[in-house]
Amino acid sequence: MTDELRKRIGDTIARGRVMLFMKGNPAMPQCGFSAAVVGILKQTGVPFDSYNILADQELREGLKEYSSWPTFPQLYVDGKLVGGADIVRDLHAKGELQQILTAHS
Amino acid sequence: MTPDDIRTRIRAALPDADVSVRDTTGGGDHFDATVVSAAFAGKGPVERHRLVYAALSDAMAGPTAPIHALALTTATPEEYQRK
Repeated sequence: MTDELRKRIGDTIARGRVMLFMKGNPAMPQCGFSAAVVGILKQTGVPFDSYNILADQELREGLKEYSSWPTFPQLYVDGKLVGGADIVRDLHAKGELQQILTAHS
Repeated sequence: MTPDDIRTRIRAALPDADVSVRDTTGGGDHFDATVVSAAFAGKGPVERHRLVYAALSDAMAGPTAPIHALALTTATPEEYQRK
């Protein structure tokens, strides 16, 4: 990966405290797993930003390598990977997600 | 890709693992896996998933990867017993 791409990925992750990289956008998710995470985030009421990786092939492939994570969605809080759909769903079911989303502001 | 292929790869990376894999659509590209291994002890969910993804990296990387989706549940043997 080029330094330029690595920097662009870092900058994109830093765009929002709660940042969701997904297929499509929150109004029209293009994949069931992305839709599930959007639904859960909306339930928490915590504001989040999103990035449509389907519209940016370079960032899509780069982010997989950057984060050692081969799938989307990917949820970041304060620049740190929280997980994909399974983990977000699991944290939500255990009642731990809200705290992760709001803890270190 | 078959559930057995996935199971074999995960077991190659985590030899103690108890692995069950289901093809969720019958199409050979969407899977559901439960992996129970002592290697997960002391690790958070992101690290646990990374261990499994690393075992499957060749099958999950790139736009033509045979695995499109893998729903993953991880547990240590102790956590699994408690369920």
